[in-house]
Amino acid sequence: MIFTEKWRTTLEKICIPIAALAVSLVIFGVFCAAAGANPFAVYASIYKAAFGSWFSFQNTLIRAAPLMLASLCTALPARLGLVIIGNEGAIVIGGLSAVAAGLSVQGAGPFVVQLAMALAGIVSGGVWIAAVGALRHYRGVNETISSLLLNYIAIALLNHMVGGPMRDPTSLNKPSSYPIPDADMLGNIPGTRVHFGLIYGIIACLIAYFLIQRTTFGFAARTVGGNIRAAKIAGLPVGKLTLIICFLAGSCAGLAGMVEVAAVHGRANESLNASYGYSSILVAFIARQNPVAAVFVSIILGGILASGGILQRAHQLPDATVLVFQGIVFLVILFSESLYGRLAIFKEGVKPQMPGQNLKPQT
Amino acid sequence: MSTRHPLHLNRRQIIRGILATTAFGVSSRLWTGCTPNTPPSATTPATPTNSASTGAVKPITMGFIYVGPKDDYGYNQAHALGKEGVSKLPWVKTVEQANVPETTEVQEAMRNMIEQDGATVLFPTSFGYFDPHILKLAQEYPEVQFFHCGGLYVDGKHPKNVGSYYGYIDEAQYIAGIVAAHTTKTGKLGFVAAKPIPQLIRNINSFTLGARSVNPKITTQVIFTGDWSLPVKEAEAANSMIDQGVDVLTCHVDSPKVVMETAEKRGVFCSGYHANQAILAPKGYITGAEWDWTNVYSRYAEMIRDGKTLMNGGISHLVRGGLKDGFCKLSNYGSVVGEAAKKDADAAKAKFIDGSMVIYKGELKDNTGKTVVASAKEYKQEDPELEKMNWLVEGVLGSATS
Repeated sequence: MIFTEKWRTTLEKICIPIAALAVSLVIFGVFCAAAGANPFAVYASIYKAAFGSWFSFQNTLIRAAPLMLASLCTALPARLGLVIIGNEGAIVIGGLSAVAAGLSVQGAGPFVVQLAMALAGIVSGGVWIAAVGALRHYRGVNETISSLLLNYIAIALLNHMVGGPMRDPTSLNKPSSYPIPDADMLGNIPGTRVHFGLIYGIIACLIAYFLIQRTTFGFAARTVGGNIRAAKIAGLPVGKLTLIICFLAGSCAGLAGMVEVAAVHGRANESLNASYGYSSILVAFIARQNPVAAVFVSIILGGILASGGILQRAHQLPDATVLVFQGIVFLVILFSESLYGRLAIFKEGVKPQMPGQNLKPQT
Repeated sequence: MSTRHPLHLNRRQIIRGILATTAFGVSSRLWTGCTPNTPPSATTPATPTNSASTGAVKPITMGFIYVGPKDDYGYNQAHALGKEGVSKLPWVKTVEQANVPETTEVQEAMRNMIEQDGATVLFPTSFGYFDPHILKLAQEYPEVQFFHCGGLYVDGKHPKNVGSYYGYIDEAQYIAGIVAAHTTKTGKLGFVAAKPIPQLIRNINSFTLGARSVNPKITTQVIFTGDWSLPVKEAEAANSMIDQGVDVLTCHVDSPKVVMETAEKRGVFCSGYHANQAILAPKGYITGAEWDWTNVYSRYAEMIRDGKTLMNGGISHLVRGGLKDGFCKLSNYGSVVGEAAKKDADAAKAKFIDGSMVIYKGELKDNTGKTVVASAKEYKQEDPELEKMNWLVEGVLGSATS
């Protein structure tokens, strides 16, 4: 009996997001038809551009890599019941500190430089989001708003630093920091054009999953997320948990910023603020804050983003089409969240049926 | 019997959903707007009617990449219009992609254009695409030519198949300054600027020098917003300057739309930048400094058709030009522009075209009173000294160190 109960819950967790994706595809198809493109041709193009061949799948993976790490910035605090959307700020701060650290140990060999950069990114991103957690816990400041506002502060700080104290005087028309030497850059995974950020992302997601689902620490965090008052009565250190989880969340996004700098740009400048943070919020929500699911969702979303080009070049659709698609997916997923535990077919005592046939509540 | 409806949302879920959606919508680029469809006819100019005459020439596929939407009334629109223009040539096939950020995404866009669309000539137009993205792809695809707008090519340091082009649009700004000086009643001009970088400072200085060549008492108030696309701050800057008595506004931001519309709404004059914005301010638009990329791209297309490439030395790696070479032009004068203004402006334009005009000649002081160009010293447009400009000329109110 317990076995089937578990099986049903798992099935529910898989079916609802997939159904939501399918519904958003249909809505998007209507949009495409309204914009004058054949929806089925568009679906085919999206598939081809995202997963059709190894060449295009690499494009998908390149886009997925920063999303995985950054999505943990939303996914981890969500287990504590916090909605944090400061991913972009943590990426920017992580990237900026990584450059500062990389430049200060310049010449110490690629391994040392990369390690220093990674540590700087992790610590600074972590402290950035931990500040949000502290504001929440000690001062009762709404964490969603404060983390969003910290994004703007981070971007302003980046612009100030690369335009002032850290500016390379030769970067005339695009203020940038001094570059990291090519030898110290993070390379690509051999045989591909995907950088190592992908591996970091997958590892970080697996660690996060293990931490949350398989340790007492994770159990404590989930208890706080479930009922904070009960957790306090049980004697759990809510403040400490909040700070640690927020630090871990921020450090993942900070690492994503470090990877952007060390593998792609080689220097800090305004390109660092490239909206990965905002897309990764979407990833965390679709994955229902599950780190392992975030890996797969990142790849799907990376695929959607990767298909943006072909929609413009082959179907003459507007450049915002891919954002419209992303927005539709986001809304449908958010509203599908309300269906958990409400569909009769995923409940005990009713035989499984095709989704959508029987939406009546169980007596 | 459960009383809850299966689709019932509880309050917390609704609040959370609305919060997150709003935050996402506000902070993402969803609001930057759509670019309407390009009619397919415009992108496929090689119609059967003219294929007979060009049958011998293999079509050249050119790829264009823009950093923002291609109907921004600004930088990207200017390039998109250039692409429209060049695509009318029968031997040119074009592909384009808009809203491509300066990340790995632009590398993938270039790669897809090369591999999937067979592009052999690429114009990634945003300044930030150059390093590291274009340089990386250029090494990977040595047979493809990359032309970058902004002029950063260094011989010996950068790959042979990379070239750069840029125009001295400050010449057009100088003339716009002349027109503005004739139009203003308060003697106060306003300039909404993005970042204090040399290219932009040069436009402010040229605009001011043009205005002060008519009336040396005129001042230009400058406000730096801090970034290329901050519509709210641009509107605030425009409004606050109008409140201070500024009655001619111009700008150098990615999309001048907000500044032009604000000026029109407040009943003051404005001078455009990047593209023609007359449609946004039919009453107050006096003129504007516009790019003419159609001309530049068509010339590149002709050279490539004739077998010249960057690699064989047929095309120069650094291409520059001003009004004379047709890199930039002025918007048609608005209805409020008087005869005297037109006469002065046309005279200055004629001098730019015959090459006798030098904007930066001594003695020039900056706005702190320091001499920046010694007397009897002349900097011609192509002088590299001008590309390092970090001072604001006398008559500009503001500071270049933000």
